[in-house]
Amino acid sequence: MRAEAVEERSGWLLAVPYAGFLLAFAAYPILFALVLVVLQWDLVTAPTFAGLDNVILLSHDARFWQAVANTFVFLAIHVPLQVVTALALALALNRPLAFRGFWRASFFLPVVISGAVVAILWNSLYATDVGLINQLLARVGVAPVPWLTDPRTAMPAIAIMVTWKNVGFYVIIYLAGLQYIPRSCQEAIELEGASDWQRFRYLTLPLLLPQTILVVTLSTINGFQLFIEPYVMTGGGPLRRTYSIVLYLYTNAFSYQKMGYAATIGVALALIIGAVVVLQRRVIGTAEAA
Amino acid sequence: MRSVRRVALYGVLALAAVTFIYPFLWMASSTLKPPSEVGSLSLFPGHITLDNYRKMWERAPFGRALLNSAFVATTITAAVLVLGSMTAYAMARLRFRGRPLLNAATLAVLMVPGQLTLIPLYTVMVKLGWIDTYAALIVPYVFNATAVLMLRQFFLQIPQSLVDSGRMDGMGELRILFTIFWPLAKPALAIVAIFTFMGSWNEVLWPLLVVRDQRLMTLPQLLTVFALGGGAGSIGVSLASAMVLVVPVVVAYAFLQRYFIESMAGAGIKG
Repeated sequence: MRAEAVEERSGWLLAVPYAGFLLAFAAYPILFALVLVVLQWDLVTAPTFAGLDNVILLSHDARFWQAVANTFVFLAIHVPLQVVTALALALALNRPLAFRGFWRASFFLPVVISGAVVAILWNSLYATDVGLINQLLARVGVAPVPWLTDPRTAMPAIAIMVTWKNVGFYVIIYLAGLQYIPRSCQEAIELEGASDWQRFRYLTLPLLLPQTILVVTLSTINGFQLFIEPYVMTGGGPLRRTYSIVLYLYTNAFSYQKMGYAATIGVALALIIGAVVVLQRRVIGTAEAA
Repeated sequence: MRSVRRVALYGVLALAAVTFIYPFLWMASSTLKPPSEVGSLSLFPGHITLDNYRKMWERAPFGRALLNSAFVATTITAAVLVLGSMTAYAMARLRFRGRPLLNAATLAVLMVPGQLTLIPLYTVMVKLGWIDTYAALIVPYVFNATAVLMLRQFFLQIPQSLVDSGRMDGMGELRILFTIFWPLAKPALAIVAIFTFMGSWNEVLWPLLVVRDQRLMTLPQLLTVFALGGGAGSIGVSLASAMVLVVPVVVAYAFLQRYFIESMAGAGIKG
């Protein structure tokens, strides 16, 4: 009995700082986010009650909806591209190879580099006149593409860059999944005379479904956080085509000092992320069942 | 047929590796080139110059930013390791009321996207008067739910007999944690340390919100402000400033790549 009381007390002492932290820096901000939705507050004067003004404004704020549309354009390019590139590289790495560690490490390299650096670096790679990419294209006779200044190419260019930066991370996820495909299954399907394509289509791909769901979910959640890339590379332009939701949230908080409205955007974004992730899982689940 | 396919496989791998490595090599070499050469694809500067680095160093306090980043990331990592393992120890090895609730809260926190709490947290910083202080950069990160969960998972695997014999020797819980558990938990601690340090080292959005004073800016933030504000003036200078952030990471990565990959991939899956 005494030992238990001592254990209870030590447990409490050790856990209390964390509990306090969760209350102050997680629970309180979450609740306060909901409160901010009905407030108007510039951080200088006292906050005033605004009822549903923020929500109503948000519902027909063309700039917000454009940011939502832009972010979806980004996701529509980024997520499929991420799945295909990560799977392809993982399949290549999953064979008996010389220098396997080196290949893996090189694919993972951009993952450890700050997004700010990658954005600055790709800004110069994408430069119209002196950029590396246009110079390589020129060698095969393609006219220079104004990657970041043409409204049609700016967001795809950013999506390709983000895919390049993160692919190594998703390769590791697929590699982990590939290790669990039993040798016996592979041998059996080979004895049946299946072609490489059939083996991939009917054995590897279905068995990797959990990893594919994970890659889709994580790259979607990650994609919704798009901020530093348009912030550094395009400032949201040209023609606001690369204005992401988080960039719009940041602008409202930092440039316009609209805390209530910025928090409303945050709440809306969290809801959108939740809805999209749930929907994706359903769609992938149904496709699997069919 | 077999050998043709092997050649093709290595060709694809080599092409992919070049795609990932070449831009960084080009960046490093461009910082050593005079402006007239920056546009060239070559990795070897015709004339090597340190001008870009000199200009970058003169125009913005990058030395100070390097120290800020190192200080902030080190403090956060130390706090996450020490405080996180104290919490994880309690949650794994001690029975107390409220433990299941704390467990559930930790899992719930991981489900909440950061953008939801970004603005409320920022207003908390303003109200506390922490704008333009190290506290704003450090305190919101001293605990990390992912780290607590990972360490807890690891601590659960350590045999109870070690805890019991420690107690029989009259050791307190903290001594058991730091003298018995820590040496056994080195791999888990390394994994937590790497993703915590890297997360802090690379973070930009939060510093952009809570710090405006150039002397308090972390490296990625100063880099961003420098490149955007036109302070850099040229690609070479801008890339040179990025090198200050990249070189320490790449050096560490070269030696510890296995741990980096395990740590950063693992944290992402759980977070």
